[in-house]
Amino acid sequence: MMPKKHSFPVGTFILSILVVVGLAVVIYRYIYGLGAISNLSDGRAWGLWISFDLYCGVALAAGGFTLAGAVYIFNLKKYRSVVRPAILTAFLGYTLVILALLVDLGHPWYIWHIIINWNVHSPLFEVGMCVMFYTAVLALEFSPAVFEGLSKSNLPVVRHINWHFPWRVIRAIQIPLVIAGVVLSTLHQSSLGSMLLMMPETLHELWYTPILPILFLISAVAVGPAMVIFESTLSTRVFGHKLDIDVLSGLARVIPYILGLYLLLKVIELTAVGELGLIFTAYPQNLLWWGEIIIGVIVPIILFSMSDVRQNRSAVFWTSVLIIIGLVINRFNVSMLALGMRPGYFYFPHWMEFAVSVGLVADALLVIWLAHRFLPIAHQEQIVEAEI
Amino acid sequence: MTLAVLYDANKCIGCRGCQVACKQWNENDEFIPTEENGVQSKNWGSNENPPQLSARTWTKIRFTELDYNGKFHWVFTKLQCMHCEHPACVTACPVGALEKTPEGPVIYDDTKCFGCRYCMLACPFGIPSFEWDSPLPWIRKCTFCADRLGAGLEPACVQTCPTKALKLGEREELIAEARERINTSPDKYINHIYGENEVGGTSWLYLSPVPFEMIGLPTLGSEPVTLDAERAMGAVPPVLMGVAAAMSGIYWVIKRRERISRERTEEKEEVTK
Repeated sequence: MMPKKHSFPVGTFILSILVVVGLAVVIYRYIYGLGAISNLSDGRAWGLWISFDLYCGVALAAGGFTLAGAVYIFNLKKYRSVVRPAILTAFLGYTLVILALLVDLGHPWYIWHIIINWNVHSPLFEVGMCVMFYTAVLALEFSPAVFEGLSKSNLPVVRHINWHFPWRVIRAIQIPLVIAGVVLSTLHQSSLGSMLLMMPETLHELWYTPILPILFLISAVAVGPAMVIFESTLSTRVFGHKLDIDVLSGLARVIPYILGLYLLLKVIELTAVGELGLIFTAYPQNLLWWGEIIIGVIVPIILFSMSDVRQNRSAVFWTSVLIIIGLVINRFNVSMLALGMRPGYFYFPHWMEFAVSVGLVADALLVIWLAHRFLPIAHQEQIVEAEI
Repeated sequence: MTLAVLYDANKCIGCRGCQVACKQWNENDEFIPTEENGVQSKNWGSNENPPQLSARTWTKIRFTELDYNGKFHWVFTKLQCMHCEHPACVTACPVGALEKTPEGPVIYDDTKCFGCRYCMLACPFGIPSFEWDSPLPWIRKCTFCADRLGAGLEPACVQTCPTKALKLGEREELIAEARERINTSPDKYINHIYGENEVGGTSWLYLSPVPFEMIGLPTLGSEPVTLDAERAMGAVPPVLMGVAAAMSGIYWVIKRRERISRERTEEKEEVTK
């Protein structure tokens, strides 16, 4: 399973540079304050990092709990081979969220205050707790791969440790872990919607609804499989272990049902409160609404309902890309573009804000590359189960 | 008993003594809005200065020139934290760094805060500010001079106001007084006490000769903005238990079904043997 040789020098070199630039910006921030590296202001207190790293990052990590739930709880064994990559991506997604918060928060070193000072009425308290616990759960869910990797390593001290012991322990609690992961994700995905419920006066009517938490959860469940298709297709291209088309089309098959439910709820809600007309009249916000709905919902529903599309690898891939783009537009809409600002302010991200976010993504890609290189990610389970 | 302040735009002369008193009492260093200080200084076409509330300006007078009912008006509006009865910032803060005291002020405890700025987004009046230029930034906003109230003093801005446009008192009494002022001179005031019902009521109340949306105060409903979020948070424990139970149940049922079907096939094999 060696990566193609050319992927090392060019790709990883560029990624490393991006990580270093991001890191330099972060150091600059700790010396001169957030104002020096961002265009955030009292009028727009949350910007690119919250919209992209937090809102999109968490939603795009949804492949972890959807696939883990499908395989271990619903016993859909067919998708076993994509669980580990999905959990790794989810874990990295959550790590990125935390790293981005270390830049975005005013006093990241006091983040533990949330453990001792509880405000159970705050949606952000729920978000914080979920991030903490779910990141731990994801780390444990992924840890068997690390133990397997370590047990095969030839490093001086490491090879004398019995890595099968922790491996067995994690295996024994695997089902409770997966259930905890599903519960925490349900709460966390929806709580990001609850967070916006505090802004009934500033979030545009096209998006503000008391059922935002439910919409957030459903859209995350829909983008989970799309994200898994996206990643596994890319890793197929880079690392060369080909995935069964049956797995891809199976994932693609469920997506229209979830997206259909999502669209239905959105339209029913707007109709119920008598705001459906806004999708034609509320210019320019309605363009954003149509953008996310057409790109991320309607077109994917149509495409994935066609069996020709589901049997074609690149069609499945590109349709998944549409779903991901649609979700990103949606999360940017609710957390930035359709969220009113204080009068007299303007916001467009500073280049250093982009540098931090890009650096973090580059960081994750490097870790994925290293993991595929050194850990049994794709074809692991048969090997170890045969050993024991 | 909760304290409140009544601001009467008809009595305010726009001297901005309140701005200065606030800065002096709270030791907010001189704020000179120049480009060297990172603040754009530009001519806004009025005497209004500085342009926005900030971490060092917790109150300011907004100047509005407008035409209402065919008459020219030059209206002053004092901006500061409204000290809501149901404050969005208090519900938003994940660590409880903001607190509504029984006396009225909404106060902030920087030993709990970790700088997430959710309060700034949640506030329907757009009040809390952040120390963007500091590597150790805190949230800053009007404190209602809670420290002075505790010592039996009026807030700095109220005490300094030369025309008694600001009046400290018990909230219900001030509402009654405001209503009386409206009734005595209905031609001078519009029939609306801003803050009596907005977002469930605020501790700062406004009287004005023109509709409040014309002087830039947000038009808000009478329900607290925290209602939907609090409902959603109330659903968390049942959802947690429900999803955990459902997942365990599904797992158990599917495993059992699989075991039974496996046993059946084994039985069949034995029978055929």
